Amino acid sequence: MRDILSFRGFVALFLLGIIVAGISSAVGQIPFGQPDSEVGQLYLENGLQDTGAPNLVTSVVAGYRALDTLGEVVVLFVAATGLSAVLATSKRRVERELEDASLVLKTGCRIFFPLILLFGAYLFIHGHLTPGGGFQGGAVIGSAFLLVYLGCSGRRVSADAAGAIESLSGFGFVFLGLLGLLVGGSYFLSNFLPKGDLYELISAGIFPLIYILIGLKVGSEFAGIVDSMIEESK
Amino acid sequence: MIFLSEYIYYIGAIGLIFIGLLIVLVKRNLIKVVIGINVLDTGVNLFLISSGYLKGGTAPIYSPGSDAAPSTMVDPVPQALVLTAIVIGASVLALALSLGIKLYDHYETLDLEEIRGQRW
Repeated sequence: MRDILSFRGFVALFLLGIIVAGISSAVGQIPFGQPDSEVGQLYLENGLQDTGAPNLVTSVVAGYRALDTLGEVVVLFVAATGLSAVLATSKRRVERELEDASLVLKTGCRIFFPLILLFGAYLFIHGHLTPGGGFQGGAVIGSAFLLVYLGCSGRRVSADAAGAIESLSGFGFVFLGLLGLLVGGSYFLSNFLPKGDLYELISAGIFPLIYILIGLKVGSEFAGIVDSMIEESK
Repeated sequence: MIFLSEYIYYIGAIGLIFIGLLIVLVKRNLIKVVIGINVLDTGVNLFLISSGYLKGGTAPIYSPGSDAAPSTMVDPVPQALVLTAIVIGASVLALALSLGIKLYDHYETLDLEEIRGQRW
């Protein structure tokens, strides 16, 4: 509150007021609740026949716009690499007394860790059928490792293993794309595997494979981020 | 009031963007500035999602036994954009916090006025 009541705060409020008024008058022209995006309508109408995946968000992420997804995964990789590069050159290495976690947290960690891993794996393996997918499942798996660091004292992820899983799954994604270029058709990441029966687990061609790779990559990246941050605060 | 109920998601999203920008401009503590960036991120995500909303629409997922027509489903494109944006937002947040750790190591303070001499 003290900050806002200063001169700087008033200037910021005034300028933001102008910006927000401008944005609002523009956004007010867009009718809410009636999207008329042609590309969205096209995906909704043809998605099931084109890709064989009932979850149309998946058919956009892993099918129609898979190249963008590869770009997003690269952004994620750059952020994780930057984080470990920033934290690697730390000179502060004071060993602090660590207090043991309580019995509740320890027991809960032991029981819930495999269940959370299982749920994360379910999310990305079933990503083409039900709500979920590689990014969500990977985030859930990352949260399981956060629980391990908070609860099970002494246990930790091997940074080498996390790095290896991450690089291999990233490589696998690009390899699938190149294979699609070679076998399937004229474009990168084309869906070259058979589409299979609708609503079956093994269907929709390469989508489950892409989502498993993305899930492993995001999960190991988040585990690595948690590992770097916890190492720093020890 | 009719205007409010028609555009309530847009109002919420623009409100979050406003609050986030205000925190970034006004606050001096680096941790609070990072929180402001995160609030801004949430506002942008909410705006994107609500731009694809269809009144009374269902999730864009076909399921056996239901006969949801494509015209009653919400737009899947903003949802696909936002689900990656959320994960990237989380990792960029971690990157910003790690830079904060390094700044604290060097200056022994998180007050931006002390770090840079003058805020603006």
